[in-house]
Amino acid sequence: MSFLDKIGFGKLKEGLTKTKDDLFGKISRLVTAKKKIDDEFLNELEEIFLSSDFGYDTVETIIGNIKERAKTDKYETDDELNDLIYDEVKKIFTISTSSFKTFDFDIAKKPFVIMVVGVNGVGKTTSIGKLAHNFKKAGKSVLIGSADTFRAAANEQLEIWANRAGVDIIQNPLTKDPASVAYDSVSAAVSRNADVLIIDTAGRLHNKSHLMEELKKVKRVMQKVIPDTPNETFIVIDATTGQNGLNQVKEFANALGEVTGIILTKLDGTAKGGIVVKINNEMKIPVRFIGVGEQIDDLQVFDSEDFIKAIFDK
Amino acid sequence: MFEDLTNKFDSVLKKIRGQGKITEKNVDESLREVRRVLFDADVNYKVVTNFIANVKEKSLGQNVINSITPGQLIVKIINDELIELMGSEKSDLKFSNNIPSSIMLAGLQGSGKTTLAAKLAKYLKSKGRNPLLVACDIYRPAAVEQLKVLGKEIDIPVFSVDGEKDVIKITEQAEDFARKNARDVMIIDTAGRLAIDDQMMNEVANIKKRFSPEEILFVVDSMTGQDAVNTAKAFHDKLDYTGIVLTKLDGDTKGGAALSIRAVVSKPIKFVSVGEKLDAIEQFHPDRMASRILGMGDIISFVEKAQQEIDLTESAKLEEKLRKNKFDFNDFLSQIKQVKKMGSIGGLISMIPGASKALKDKEIDEKVFNKIESVILSMTYEERENPNVLNGTRRRRIADGSGSSIQEVNRLIKQFDDMRKMMKGFSSGKMKNMLKGMKLPPDVMKSMNLK
Repeated sequence: MSFLDKIGFGKLKEGLTKTKDDLFGKISRLVTAKKKIDDEFLNELEEIFLSSDFGYDTVETIIGNIKERAKTDKYETDDELNDLIYDEVKKIFTISTSSFKTFDFDIAKKPFVIMVVGVNGVGKTTSIGKLAHNFKKAGKSVLIGSADTFRAAANEQLEIWANRAGVDIIQNPLTKDPASVAYDSVSAAVSRNADVLIIDTAGRLHNKSHLMEELKKVKRVMQKVIPDTPNETFIVIDATTGQNGLNQVKEFANALGEVTGIILTKLDGTAKGGIVVKINNEMKIPVRFIGVGEQIDDLQVFDSEDFIKAIFDK
Repeated sequence: MFEDLTNKFDSVLKKIRGQGKITEKNVDESLREVRRVLFDADVNYKVVTNFIANVKEKSLGQNVINSITPGQLIVKIINDELIELMGSEKSDLKFSNNIPSSIMLAGLQGSGKTTLAAKLAKYLKSKGRNPLLVACDIYRPAAVEQLKVLGKEIDIPVFSVDGEKDVIKITEQAEDFARKNARDVMIIDTAGRLAIDDQMMNEVANIKKRFSPEEILFVVDSMTGQDAVNTAKAFHDKLDYTGIVLTKLDGDTKGGAALSIRAVVSKPIKFVSVGEKLDAIEQFHPDRMASRILGMGDIISFVEKAQQEIDLTESAKLEEKLRKNKFDFNDFLSQIKQVKKMGSIGGLISMIPGASKALKDKEIDEKVFNKIESVILSMTYEERENPNVLNGTRRRRIADGSGSSIQEVNRLIKQFDDMRKMMKGFSSGKMKNMLKGMKLPPDVMKSMNLK
């Protein structure tokens, strides 16, 4: 079984059909129609990129680079022109790629702790359900910590996902203190010798200082059990998010010291998630997983090179 | 909200303000900056392009009359265009004469429908209605449970049918329940759905067909990027909704999606959702919004909010005390409680003209108020009434009791004293001079007519 099959490359492509048709289908058509890089070509290319939430500065950079390349490089066929654009997009987007490419990896020190954060309504709880399912499928023992003590019925929602994934959940419906649940969860993961612990946190807007303080505390308290925990801090970004996505990552990274990866959700809709290109470019934080549907299997390990290849149909 | 857009426009407009006359060159240059501002704010590509073209056309056709500068003229044109784009008046909810009226909420996953349903119910209750929440999100795990918890919190009944997978049947039974229990408006919470999911889109379309709700509100996350227009249009094609609700506007998003959606569907934005608390919902005022974007603040919203929340008798008592210079820690405490009741301090300040700009980089830590509150609460009633008795021993006890350091207690008492002195100034009509002496930022001074 090839590596790509293992991570469900076919499904990645399937999930990206929309993005591809909208974004790079347009580029292909543009290349076929125009065949040369002139002002009109660049204007249309600019529209395609801007309409995909790449952001003004990122687009300015890509367009500028393509313009420069056009002066010196030869391109005669559509393919060569396509390659040139592919190249430039790749330059922006493959600066940083995922370090772990499979759920089936060796865990040096148990438990491997993942903290999941993000603004409200991006799909944290659903993503955690899917992550747990994937780790379980890869033969890991998984524990989920329910530290969203704020949103009504968040516990119940996470519990349903835990059941679907067939993993245990640590929760305390009686407390409003997320740090205490996080503490209990890490302690439980240690005593049960669990492979992976995933901590859910309440959605919070990144500009609310008291909520960010609360999140810092959750991390601090977890570190009382294991000093260098968590191993990974994932931020969940909704693919429909516009330019604010960059602020989200900056503020969460700022509060927690680091964000190690992005889970990009809701890519099965019409949104392209282009903001991650800007985030990747400015913050060097890679997209680790993408969510492409509401079922438990609809989460893919993400590799930016594969992503670009998939959308350029290489 | 829209603060960043305001700040950026300010810097752009500064450039125009210095110019002598409107030429194609200076219009082009400044509009290029405006274009960037709009893209950074997530305004849709086509909307930006049209907007820029309109402003340019109108600017070049204008004669600059003596009383205003070319910059002011362009600002006015941009302002007018923004108002035009956002709808020129505010729009109220419609209700039916037959009971119950219904309001259906629809939108993408995670846009905030369930929370909004509860906020809307609370809002309508405060306006004298008897709402019924109807749980039609039968797909998302624990969505019904979430609505039930929220309903309980605001003391409004939630209608749900366990195990029922047909939302039409749920709504039919809810309607029956509403009639029997004198509930005059149903708020129907539906599942989040993708605009391209035909089956799910048909489900909401069928509710519309069967019940013809007086209001169908499209709920959209204000952080949405370029895709906002696609989704808004797809929902509109299917549902022909009556209005839009922007959620999570208490974030730092520029909120350009609002402009985009308005431009493609020409339906009014009826509400904005601005906080975690269930009363954090406001009517949308498009006319004020444009001024706000251009940096003039939203003083009317601020005043209305303040009037709504501040207890008038309390205020009268306070005024009396101020006049007699008897303001004490008890008054301070009740004042803090009133301010907290008004919602987030940051949210309030952002509505004061000039202040949002002046305070842009200063973090407003809402926790400070909790701290102050706990210190005051650790004082005896006598100490609060007569702060002069606060000697070292008492201060130490208060510090221990409130979990703060003695320095923090000292600082608070010092601040309180300063405040009392200032209040004396207010009451004796020396306010203007006092404020002048306070070295406020120039923008604030200007907006208060102190310069």
